Amino acid sequence: MKKELSREPFVQKTKYQNLGMLDKVGIVKRIAQELQDGWYVNLGIGIPTLVANYIPQGISVEFQSENGLLGMGAFPYDGEEDADLINAGKQTVTLLPGATLFDSATSFAMIRGQHVQLTVLGAMEVAENGDIANWKIPGRMVKGMGGAMDLVASAENIIVAMMHTNKKGESKILSNCTLPLTGVACVKKVVTNLAVMEIKDGAFHLIERAPGVSVEEIQNATEGTLIVEGEIPEMQLD
Amino acid sequence: MNKVVANSNKAIEGIKDGMTLMLGGFGLCGIPENCIGSLVKKRITNLTCISNNAGVDDFGLGLLLQQRQIKKMISSYVGENDEFERQMLNGELEVDLIPQGSLAERCRAGGAGIPAFFTPAGFGTEVAEGKEIREFNGKPHILESALTADFAIVKAWKGDPFGNLIFKGTARNFNPVMAMAGKITIAEVEELVEPGELDPNQIHTPGIFVQRIFQGVDYEKRIEQRTVRSKN
Repeated sequence: MKKELSREPFVQKTKYQNLGMLDKVGIVKRIAQELQDGWYVNLGIGIPTLVANYIPQGISVEFQSENGLLGMGAFPYDGEEDADLINAGKQTVTLLPGATLFDSATSFAMIRGQHVQLTVLGAMEVAENGDIANWKIPGRMVKGMGGAMDLVASAENIIVAMMHTNKKGESKILSNCTLPLTGVACVKKVVTNLAVMEIKDGAFHLIERAPGVSVEEIQNATEGTLIVEGEIPEMQLD
Repeated sequence: MNKVVANSNKAIEGIKDGMTLMLGGFGLCGIPENCIGSLVKKRITNLTCISNNAGVDDFGLGLLLQQRQIKKMISSYVGENDEFERQMLNGELEVDLIPQGSLAERCRAGGAGIPAFFTPAGFGTEVAEGKEIREFNGKPHILESALTADFAIVKAWKGDPFGNLIFKGTARNFNPVMAMAGKITIAEVEELVEPGELDPNQIHTPGIFVQRIFQGVDYEKRIEQRTVRSKN
């Protein structure tokens, strides 16, 4: 008999920080609403990983981890972790029924060849033309781009999960990125602690507000061009 | 055909100062622990290392960095190693950061006799500087060249004297593509089995890509981010 593998949602203990009107969980809950049945999805390291906890009912998606795994399951039970089974964030994971393992070149063939329907990743800055920066702060921090450049250059659907402003309150939603770019004109949608925005025709278009956040507050926190048309609804979470 | 050598010290014979090495692994998963140990012991220096990551401060390639044995790193992500970041920001270490998919494909191409290829990854970024740009299907692509190495060092789960390899879990990662791209490829395996024991249908890396093989010892298999849930 094959071992019955769990389809329970991922569980990750995090310190929920109230970094704005929405916390990390709010952001990922909103992004999870974008998932469509049958999609293959790549979740970036950090906040995007949490999207897996909030898959809407009745929706079946498979998560791709660029280190060579499709059909990624929950974190293992304590004591059942396997050093040979990790995700792109180097965390121990499990396999779901139907999972598959492959080498790095095959993994990026899936990504570059547009077989993955959605990429969710974090960013330090996003610009109104869809540019994204998330891998380097010159002279201070260089972690490398990992798979982010391959993902953003090829994915048809890219959602960025990020905070609207930095710790100093400066906007990260910009007319032009100031940091070295990860990709050009590629981001289509941004979900922040304040808003959901679509990027088209060289501008951010406000689609939804976080609960309790006014259009003015979003405008004040946005350095790039923000188009506001008509009544902007609040995000519906839960 | 018998490619078996006794141990990692024998396997790395011929690796000299200044050579270019490929080392398989993603983070600490699927790294050739035994051969790294022997490179540290033999103090071979001035190495150019092609590996997706650079280990952590006290394990994996971090051990070579500690002893300043690496002149240049070619990687995609190096965020877990403080010593690496310090050496890089001080200009003590040359670093070439490459998008992960381009790194994998450049190794694969090197092993497959394809000198270069076009990819959209990195267009409009620092990665594209000095590289030929060409448009295909209305989209700009950059020309990336193949990578090869004097020695490729990979880690597999099972292998046989022919050099045939089977990997386990996500420890496969860069190992198969790097195995293809070494002028000499060394495979260390957890279990070396008799010829004919591996099912030909299940072999991931055909032995033609491997020149030396040995059964490794004392695998630590350190977990970088142990993440678990409780049964309750």
